[in-house]
Amino acid sequence: MPKTIPVATELTQPFWDAVNEKKLVLQSCASCGKLQYPIRPTCWQCQSDRLEWKEVEGKGHILETMVVHDTRVVRRKGDVPFNVAVVSLDEDPSINFLANLPGTTTNEAPQGAAVELIFEEQEPGKFIHDWQVIG
Amino acid sequence: MGISINGWPRTAEGLGVWEHSGKVAITGYGYSDLERRWDGVSMDKTYGAYAVQALQRTIADSGLSPDEIDGLMVCPDPAGDSWSAEDRGTPRPYFDAPYDSEDGLTIVTTQWLIKAMARAGTPLNNLKFIDDESSSIGQLTGKAAQAVGEGHAKHLLMLYGMGNVEGRYHLEEGNYSSGGRVWSAPWGWMTSAMMQHAFVFLQYCTKYGGSHDNLAPFVLNQRRNGLMTPWGYYAQHEQYQITTEDYLTQRYVAWPNGLLDSDRPVNHVASFLFSAADRVKDMKQKPIYVLGHVQAQHPSKSTMATLGDHEEWTDSLARRLYEAAGARGAEDLDVFNPYDGFATFTQTYLEAFQWHGVKRGDAFDFYAGDIRVEGPHPFNSSGGNLGNGRTRTAMYTDLVEQLRGIAGPRQVQIKHETGACGQVTPGGNGHIFLSVNPSI
Repeated sequence: MPKTIPVATELTQPFWDAVNEKKLVLQSCASCGKLQYPIRPTCWQCQSDRLEWKEVEGKGHILETMVVHDTRVVRRKGDVPFNVAVVSLDEDPSINFLANLPGTTTNEAPQGAAVELIFEEQEPGKFIHDWQVIG
Repeated sequence: MGISINGWPRTAEGLGVWEHSGKVAITGYGYSDLERRWDGVSMDKTYGAYAVQALQRTIADSGLSPDEIDGLMVCPDPAGDSWSAEDRGTPRPYFDAPYDSEDGLTIVTTQWLIKAMARAGTPLNNLKFIDDESSSIGQLTGKAAQAVGEGHAKHLLMLYGMGNVEGRYHLEEGNYSSGGRVWSAPWGWMTSAMMQHAFVFLQYCTKYGGSHDNLAPFVLNQRRNGLMTPWGYYAQHEQYQITTEDYLTQRYVAWPNGLLDSDRPVNHVASFLFSAADRVKDMKQKPIYVLGHVQAQHPSKSTMATLGDHEEWTDSLARRLYEAAGARGAEDLDVFNPYDGFATFTQTYLEAFQWHGVKRGDAFDFYAGDIRVEGPHPFNSSGGNLGNGRTRTAMYTDLVEQLRGIAGPRQVQIKHETGACGQVTPGGNGHIFLSVNPSI
């Protein structure tokens, strides 16, 4: 599954640098303690700009899974149909991610199943995080 | 130009009854022809031409002369669709004036519209209030009512349109993603509410039971109501009712969302005249009073908002709109046209407003009952976007017609003295509460 490759900004560069080192780091608000993903200039909860980086373990669970049959992302057109799951992070279930669940057949993704973080290399040195069903 | 309007927007809890409740009324409405697409060459079918058409029909409906209009409010650039700036691409070849720029073809500013109305023989010579900074019909209706209530205009024309041109749009081409799309495009999702609402819909089914199949009666009924709307896309171009079999075997775009759950883009413009209530006594039409309006804008906490978020947000919306209108609750709401851009989220509004006693988790049973316009629970009598094409205004024009009693074959048989409608999604919307009386 060739994914599009994110173009980092000054704000998001530390996040993508970590991904390229096969680590998942999220923003952690120094004011209210909330984790944050996607990356934003300020905390969604308290609007503080005192945001630090915190590495998380990379364990989660599938909330629900859609199946994409037609996509506006041209690079992914050859992959249809494919899963797009929403995965909650065990360390903070209010944080969720999109996931393609590589290795899981479409329409067979087990709702509520445990997933773990993986990193897929899209071009040399450029990785994308995804999630895979455990077991 | 934009003028700051006191009291706008109404997004907070606890604002109480709207300070201008019953002091503003809709006294005219009109809409343009409807086409699937602008063909790129027909000058009588541009967004600008349709805008002029809608305004002229609204003025005629109201019985006023153009000289009596002193306010104009438009959404110049239909947001989120094929006419958005990023999808226009390189400049097209333009035409003779007034179509010598994008303005008038795929966007309409107030500046262009004022000139076009003059050229069309209906000059708006006495405008004192002009605003073209709103982005949706949900916002516009509330803002127009607020502007009149605050005294910025006595008779304000409000205009909203949707557009569609040839080709696909919002494509993410190339190998790289940037901006906010870096959090979605790599996994194959990009800039559409479809996936967000498909996800929340699946959570709904998990929480309350049921499946996508349970939406069939609602979607079929939307089409049925649309087929009773003579100017709508389906009444003009696909004059047949879809079946349950059609629905269950539809082509999926992003399961559980299929083509029949999605509104079809069209070219269409609608307009409404908002008047100060102290000016409506001798007007041609029965006034439809604005009892309240509210807006909502909620950022998602993470990549996707959840069912819990949508329920919390729409509960607040319903509570605030009833409060703004001085209504007790659903028992004071007769006609209800919530938004249906995707079939997968309309039940969120239905249950939040508890229309006809429908509470959280009840929508599928309600859809399976008699929701026809001639029945006891005529839900979304407009047919909405699903029944008419992506006008985003059909639910508003229908509401005016229902309250006036001129909805023809769609006329509901239940009491129709009050009504509410809104647009767009649970995460960002505006809603309005109307009544044939200046108070409940």
